[in-house]
Amino acid sequence: MKLFSTQIVVPVDSNSVLQGALEVKHVLEETIGKYNLGSQVSVVETGALGIYDQGVVLAVFPDDVYYGNVMPSDVEEIVTEHLLKGRVVSRLAIDRNLSSRRLVEKETGKSQQKIVLRNAGLIDPQSIDEYIARDGYEALAKALAMQPGEVIQILTDSKLQGRGGAGFPTGLKWGMVAKEQSDEKYIVCNADEGEPGTFKDRLILEGDPHSIVEAMTIAGYATGAHVGIVYVRGEYFMSIARLKKAIKDATEYGLLGKDVLGTGFQFDIEVYRGGGAYVCGEEFALLESIENRRGEPRNKPPFPPQQGLFGKPTVVNNVETFANVPPILLNGSDWFKSFGTPSSAGTKVFSLSGDIVNRGIVEAPLGVTLRELIYDFGGGVKGGKHIGFIQTGGSAGTVLTDKFLDVPLDFASMKTNNVSIGSGVILVASEDVPLLPFLAEVAHFFWHESCGKCTPCREGTLQVKTIMDTLVNRTADPASLQHLGKLLNTLNDTSFCGLGQAAPLAFESALRNFPEVFDQALAESHVPEVCQEEV
Amino acid sequence: METRMLNVKINGRDYQVPDGTTILKAAREYAKIDVPTLCYLEGISEEGACAICVVEVKGARNLQRACVVKVTEGMEVWTNTSRVREARKLNVELLLANHPKDCLTCERSQNCDLRELASELGVREVEFPRTRTEWLPIDNTSLSLVRDPNKCVLCRRCVNVCAKVQSVYAIDIMGRGSNSTVSTFLDEGLGNVECVNCGQCLLVCPTGAITERSEIPDVWKALGDPDKVVVVETAPAVRVAIGEEFGMPDGTQATGKMAAALRSLGFDKVFDTDFSADLTIMEEGFELIGRIKNGGVLPLITSCSPGWIKFAETFFPKVLDHVSTCKSPQQMFGTVTKTYWAEKMGIDPRKIVVVSVMPCTAKKFEKERPEMKTAFHYWQEKLGLKDEEAFKDVDCVLTTREAARMIREAGIDFANLPDEDFDKPLGESTGAAVIFGATGGVMEAALRTAYEVLTKKSLAKLDFEDVRGLEGIKTADVDIDGMILKVAVANGLGNARVLMEQVQKGESPYHFIEIMCCPGGCLGGGGQPISDNPDIKKRRAEAIYREDAGKPIRKSHENPEITEIYKDFLGEPNSEKAHHLLHTEYCDRSCK
Repeated sequence: MKLFSTQIVVPVDSNSVLQGALEVKHVLEETIGKYNLGSQVSVVETGALGIYDQGVVLAVFPDDVYYGNVMPSDVEEIVTEHLLKGRVVSRLAIDRNLSSRRLVEKETGKSQQKIVLRNAGLIDPQSIDEYIARDGYEALAKALAMQPGEVIQILTDSKLQGRGGAGFPTGLKWGMVAKEQSDEKYIVCNADEGEPGTFKDRLILEGDPHSIVEAMTIAGYATGAHVGIVYVRGEYFMSIARLKKAIKDATEYGLLGKDVLGTGFQFDIEVYRGGGAYVCGEEFALLESIENRRGEPRNKPPFPPQQGLFGKPTVVNNVETFANVPPILLNGSDWFKSFGTPSSAGTKVFSLSGDIVNRGIVEAPLGVTLRELIYDFGGGVKGGKHIGFIQTGGSAGTVLTDKFLDVPLDFASMKTNNVSIGSGVILVASEDVPLLPFLAEVAHFFWHESCGKCTPCREGTLQVKTIMDTLVNRTADPASLQHLGKLLNTLNDTSFCGLGQAAPLAFESALRNFPEVFDQALAESHVPEVCQEEV
Repeated sequence: METRMLNVKINGRDYQVPDGTTILKAAREYAKIDVPTLCYLEGISEEGACAICVVEVKGARNLQRACVVKVTEGMEVWTNTSRVREARKLNVELLLANHPKDCLTCERSQNCDLRELASELGVREVEFPRTRTEWLPIDNTSLSLVRDPNKCVLCRRCVNVCAKVQSVYAIDIMGRGSNSTVSTFLDEGLGNVECVNCGQCLLVCPTGAITERSEIPDVWKALGDPDKVVVVETAPAVRVAIGEEFGMPDGTQATGKMAAALRSLGFDKVFDTDFSADLTIMEEGFELIGRIKNGGVLPLITSCSPGWIKFAETFFPKVLDHVSTCKSPQQMFGTVTKTYWAEKMGIDPRKIVVVSVMPCTAKKFEKERPEMKTAFHYWQEKLGLKDEEAFKDVDCVLTTREAARMIREAGIDFANLPDEDFDKPLGESTGAAVIFGATGGVMEAALRTAYEVLTKKSLAKLDFEDVRGLEGIKTADVDIDGMILKVAVANGLGNARVLMEQVQKGESPYHFIEIMCCPGGCLGGGGQPISDNPDIKKRRAEAIYREDAGKPIRKSHENPEITEIYKDFLGEPNSEKAHHLLHTEYCDRSCK
């Protein structure tokens, strides 16, 4: 094995590629060659570091120096100054704490204890050897040496809950599938990441695809399934490519296929590309889509663990949920529970966007507050402005004032404080951003994405959109808030699936937290004269 | 195994229902409480789409759909709380917001589920604005059916009946959210896709979104034209259903009143399609006998049902040689009227307008088939007619509903009319012809004739019970003097598909198969009155068999007018002339 004194990490993910990462990497390698540093400095590709608005980023180890907004023309300077003379190029250096890898350490004081993002941004995601070197597939080997029931017990004890938004206990779900008698069972990974403002699953898939392959195989063993399907959002080309490579490499290594690790256990994984409908993130619509039908929810019960894909018992878990599984098996449930709150164990990966200084991905223990996320990691609101509103949990999430900054975020916070955590979206809007046009956009989104199956969602989202538009245009009917309230109730109470049931959250919370904004819009409204004959 | 009984509390009262019962069924059948539904159609459409049947279930976060959620032990259901009432009402309001609300002029104004629902739920105003700025185009491409997507509430009953009952899959949901519509492949229109025109979608449509292509104006015009001789023929299944349109009990035999009403409308002759049904039996029966005797292609499959014919042409074009070449009774009637009857009466065939009253929407398509101009070809040389003067064998087809509408429009007090008879000579028929209207009827009629023709013996018992009834597929072994004739009867195209797949694989064990496109046969046809009685087909079938039992002549070959037409005009069954006039050919529609 070759040893290098210095390693330069270049995150190559779908975001950085658009910023020119591949070109920078190419120039970097050429320049290192030019100065004959090839034997001392290695250039390594990784997945995203979770830093999204600093252009192409380079990280130099062991110096722990991060450069941002690197252009190909900057490379010569970095090589000659930093690598040859050991002087940091300060005009390009960025705060290393921006990296998503940092916050867990800071919060818990446990160094190097990252769970979901343990490898992302650190290893070359296309190298199975690097994954294995980081204890990869050890959890699988450990699981295969146990009884399936023991694997499920560890997960149950860990209190891991689904990270897709609903927070269903993962061990319970696996246990339901394990207990079903069926000739076939399926493990499905929901990687259709469609919640606006969420981009965490992409980072995991691009940065650490083997963690998903390993976790799904463990799920297969624990529940008695032999086929796994990853349903990946159609636009995630790099996720798909890296997953496919991971599956191919794992199969060649005997970690997938007819005889996993020589134990006789068979498991294969296929990748299915989604068609781009938000509703296909709903588990039954997703399964319908895999079955080559129109993506629409099915009646529940039966739930997927009883009758899922092709009518067979099926585990459907989110990418982030799966990524938690190998570390839990390796380190035990007590270790996992040492992160988070009594009601919610572990960490959560948050996607930070909007008017904050440092936008990006951060993994933090559950129970972290908005203040910590927005000010400690996010660097506060851009331009030193005040917070106008915050939306948590995605479009199907709550709209909050800054009074909620100190609410601990976990799976109970919706119940206790009316703060949804959902898929981990934290969208910050400064005081300059008007609330109603934003809500109108959210309304347009749900109207556009409703599948149209049930009356309340199909027609209700249309009416919500119309009312929001009239509030924005100051042409609202005096009774429109009353109508809106009724609509939201019925949407929540009678919609067929989670899409319509959760669609009211943003509006209900906004009405509760910002009543004055609605009242003002109503007071300023003039209903336009309509010629009766035209109606 | 005995079904487990579950305890359920509905509106505070205790009931016991079998395991597997839906909340809807528990409420309706056990608690005698009607939970309103819109999209639900038992066994066919159980989507839970409309969100009208919602109820409160203790412990559930959201309202539950009574139509699809099953009772669990100890469940507590509330069907009539303000939360439930408000939600139902609001969902109806949402449906109405973008509905045309043209109830005064809508064809379904008197039997619209949506209107009834709005009325029952006390919807007095629609608080929400119309949000659609443009009306959607009406699908006028079909010769049988018209679809107005503006009136559609997206309940999906039509989609489900087309797919699950008929296995045609001509329509499905297209587009997303509030832009979704029921449409055809690439939005080409019903007339340009595999739709077989059966009209089952129309029968299940809760609103006026699907209607027949009306020919009432054409018929009024013909009736008002003094130069025309307008004759009407009525199919067997019409007489046992038309009374429903006038408030008579389900299953009323209204044959005499129907004949009287049609005569009162101004038709010059009121004839009976039953006559040509008997003719069909002669031709088809002899075709069967011929194929059995001469080692022809078997099984022979009946060809009376135009929906079934288009289905065969679309999905089973490789085995069309199994299908009888006989025209349907409607088309035989048109040809015979404009040839035999015209000749006999000395009437210029160009002056004759043949109107048929059918339980069927597919008949409207059938009469337009280019090959259905036999009478014109018969006369072309004799009268020196030019090609552009071509006339159809049958000019207009009215559904049972359309005929009733005309009778109502004319102010005729149908239910109190004295009974009248059909006109002669094309009005005489037998019991065998009457039962054409029920599934298994053509088979039974054919067996009555085939048996007696083949054995030269008289049948002791005329009723072939094995082929009666509403099951999807019925089979029987019929002993014809030692020869076992294996027969099968299918009604509904989903069942037909099962038998046809056997035929296509060369594995069909049968000699003779009857296929009717619509469930129950013609009595359940897409042109029949829309009924909410789940037993309606049974009632109509009972009436048909009563009519048969009451007929003095019950075998087609004993109909004196049939004997006469062969003697005077056609020669004998399957003669060259009969072939020319009464038989037809089919085409492969699989690529279209």
